[in-house]
Amino acid sequence: MLESYIQHQRKQKDILLMTHIVVGYPSLDDCEKIVHEMVVSGVDIMELQIPFSEPIADGPVILRANQMALEEGITVADCFDFAKRMKQKYDIPFLYMTYANIMHKYGIHQFVSRMVQDGISGSIIPDLPPEEGMDYITTLKANSCSPIFIYAPTTSDERMSMLSQHGSGFIYCVARKGVTGAQTNFSNDLDTYLNRCRAATNLPIALGFGVKDRADIEFLTGKVDIAVIGTQTLKIVEDQGVTAVGPYIRDLR
Amino acid sequence: MKQEGYYDDFGGVFVPSLLSERFNQKGYYNEFGGAFVPEVLTATFDELNIAFDEAKKDPQFWKDYANILQNYSCRPTPLTFAENLTRHFGGASIYIKREDLNHTGAHKANNVLGQGLIVKRMGKQRVIAETGAGQHGVATATMAAKFGLDCTIYMGEVDVERQRPNVFWMERLGAEVIAVRDGTRILKDAINAAFRDWVTNMDTTHYVLGTACGPHPFPEMVSTFQSIIGFEARRQILSQVNQLPKRVYACVGGGSNALGIFLGFVNDPDVELIGVEAGGKGLNTGYHASRLCSEDASVGIAQGYKTFFLQNTDGQMRETHSVAAGLDYIGVSPILSSFHRSGRIHFTAATDTEVIDALTLAVQKEGLIPALESSHAFVQAFKDAPHLSKHDCIIINQSGRGDKDIFTIADAFDDPKWKSFIKEKAEAYHA
Ligand SMILES: Cc1ncc(COP(=O)(O)O)c(C=O)c1O
Repeated sequence: MLESYIQHQRKQKDILLMTHIVVGYPSLDDCEKIVHEMVVSGVDIMELQIPFSEPIADGPVILRANQMALEEGITVADCFDFAKRMKQKYDIPFLYMTYANIMHKYGIHQFVSRMVQDGISGSIIPDLPPEEGMDYITTLKANSCSPIFIYAPTTSDERMSMLSQHGSGFIYCVARKGVTGAQTNFSNDLDTYLNRCRAATNLPIALGFGVKDRADIEFLTGKVDIAVIGTQTLKIVEDQGVTAVGPYIRDLR
Repeated sequence: MKQEGYYDDFGGVFVPSLLSERFNQKGYYNEFGGAFVPEVLTATFDELNIAFDEAKKDPQFWKDYANILQNYSCRPTPLTFAENLTRHFGGASIYIKREDLNHTGAHKANNVLGQGLIVKRMGKQRVIAETGAGQHGVATATMAAKFGLDCTIYMGEVDVERQRPNVFWMERLGAEVIAVRDGTRILKDAINAAFRDWVTNMDTTHYVLGTACGPHPFPEMVSTFQSIIGFEARRQILSQVNQLPKRVYACVGGGSNALGIFLGFVNDPDVELIGVEAGGKGLNTGYHASRLCSEDASVGIAQGYKTFFLQNTDGQMRETHSVAAGLDYIGVSPILSSFHRSGRIHFTAATDTEVIDALTLAVQKEGLIPALESSHAFVQAFKDAPHLSKHDCIIINQSGRGDKDIFTIADAFDDPKWKSFIKEKAEAYHA
């Protein structure tokens, strides 16, 4: 189970790293190389984003990656095959990140069967709150997969505990308002918010949105269980190429 | 044309009778609707739901609403008897509901002024909106100017190009117009961009969604404000001809003008309601925006709500096409999807060429200039009118006026005088 894996890893590491790729961007071959670089450099969990044509929670960089992957003809079936291969090669948890329609169109039950068959540990669906996703939650949980819910600074304490009850694996705390890819100010304000998150759940907590360098990771160490690096690795790949990913990850902690 | 007491029953009696619990369970219309919103926006939606619920129950809110629509916009808009068209087709009497006479030239004002009053109640200082045809953008920019709000309008790059006159006016009205270059660069992409702004700036900003789509409460809120069209039209036809219409026609983009007029007649079982979607180059070409009357759409979840979308088998949205920017959209109001499923509203499509022909006829016979969007409704009404009895009457909702379409229509007619004028203008700017 995802949660016990995280607890186990945390005994050895002060903070875990979760990274993100958009499957098919820049290409499936490059994605494979990126996953390799990430895993051998010590990444603990990976998010594989199945591209969607209308990714409303994503900022310009990830949005464009979604579009380019789709223009290259990436299908949901391609993403499943890719995830399956990665899981066979690398023994870390992989999660799907995608939007509600991708799962809805495939059929929630069929989608979750594929996750189970291919060894995918859980999923993050930013436009599927528990109010709309009871079927999703029960199906994942019944199959020992984790529905991962999101906290935002605008989430009330009461709502945080509700989300915690429905979630499993860990809670993904977004550091600020807005979409992926913008700057985050790692400051005391964030501490107050993280204390609220901690108090609301017994699940491990991850923090994402704007995490990009060693200083950010140092700031987060001791405060959260997992740091999430999203847009920054896409930028590294775009600016410096696939081989720059390994050194970048190794330099984070 | 202020008429005392005309709207007394609107907020207190008519509105509550519309989308009552019978039909609307927490933003669901049968299986359609919902609120598929990112976590960061849930608090904003809670705030909006509360504000709208309180406003709905407040008689003063409805007084203010009626007042601004009567004195600032032009309500009630007339129901015009189209005598020449009626004679031309020789069948049912044709009546036209004149939403083109609203201030800013389309039904969009009904929704925007209503949401503007909600914004005032919530105390926000900035509004954002998406726009396709630019009519909703102009209406929002106008409301922002009047209410003293900052305003940003998102508009797909393709639409900026094809609806330039409206871009000009939005900017003159003080709005910032952002051309959206993502995706297919049309209405749906403008909606995504507006959501991305909103998830960052929700503390100060309200998103004035322009049609009866998006997460709850937008479909309900927008169609409630638009239902003033049907509220008036039903009274007008009864007082003018002392009978209910046989059929009511409206074009369907997101569905707000259609719901606006149809809601006046949904409880009259003998009145047939006909929504006309964008048939583009033809339903069998793939180049259209027909969600309810083509085989190309299926139920999906995007842009925060569940409805029929034009999408592929993976759930990726398809490209859409229409000569009318305001109808060129992947989704449709969940309320219309529900009425489609129940069979209460019937849907058809009109092609781009049919639309230009119908517009030409309306201009020549009645001196009316319907928008390209509205002209879709005219197409189907013109097809049906000759086959209906002389004793019947029908209503067409003219959702907006066509001035904004001058470039597209001039192109369609290949108008030589217009072309040489544009050439001269361009040369003068060059000099
Ligand atoms: C004049 C006019 N009619 C119709 C529409 C379509 O929108 P809806 O279906 O919400 O009425 C638009 C949208 O821009 C419009 O400008």
